[in-house]
Amino acid sequence: MTIAQFLLLGAAMFSMGLYGVITRKNAVLILASVELMLASVNINLVAFDVYLRDTLHSGQVLSLFIIALAAAEVGIGIAIVLMIYRNRQSADPDELRLMRG
Amino acid sequence: MDVSLTDWLRETANWVFLIIALPTLFGAWKTVSTQNIVRAVLYLVVALAGTAALFLMLGAEFVGWTVVLVYIGAVIILFLIGTMITRAPLGTSTPLSQGTNVTRPAALLSAVLFGVIAWGILDAFDNQMIEPFDPTSTGALADVIFTRLIIPFEVVSIVLLAALIGGIALARRDDEEAQR
Repeated sequence: MTIAQFLLLGAAMFSMGLYGVITRKNAVLILASVELMLASVNINLVAFDVYLRDTLHSGQVLSLFIIALAAAEVGIGIAIVLMIYRNRQSADPDELRLMRG
Repeated sequence: MDVSLTDWLRETANWVFLIIALPTLFGAWKTVSTQNIVRAVLYLVVALAGTAALFLMLGAEFVGWTVVLVYIGAVIILFLIGTMITRAPLGTSTPLSQGTNVTRPAALLSAVLFGVIAWGILDAFDNQMIEPFDPTSTGALADVIFTRLIIPFEVVSIVLLAALIGGIALARRDDEEAQR
């Protein structure tokens, strides 16, 4: 196995996540695309951890922290989407123009 | 790549990699492209399960099972609850993606980003082998987390607590709002 195959897979997933963040119209699906990007970063971290044979396993520990923070981010994100939906009956970020001057 | 494709395919581990990676990419692509919101979330399960399988393949067992428990077990449920409470169109009536005037530049941008990263990867790590070795024991990870990285660990705990409280405070209805 080469390290490049894991890194290329991570790069492809990250690019797809970026595409999803730009094109999706539903806030929940934008959050899902962000999850995809975070997962691709985790692939990179773990691949480098194995590649460098890190005795401290920094890559794996960092990906664990990323998983925990991603869970927190989704929890808060979904709560915000729910509150916006309750007030404005829409989950489309393009329709939120309250702060536009 | 200097490693020829036939040599690369001769290694059994690479076939396992392909069997895991292709469904992962397919799931990731469908997550961002399908027009059915529940299917998009379920394809995300495929992509995340693929990453978990890759972690197991790399010997990162604890991280792999954490992905299964936290992502597939908890985060996906949150997504499904979010889609159902916002009563998002379960059919294909309203578009979930922007029109082609946005998707085409976005696809171009993503392709360029992938090209740049891929060029950088192949330029820097071409032919660098990664050897599968003994799985990392959970004990080894715990030794690092609870000695060297104890302060970041505590900070993450506080962040999770704040997210818990914030999520409840944001999502609950106020009393006067409920009476309306």
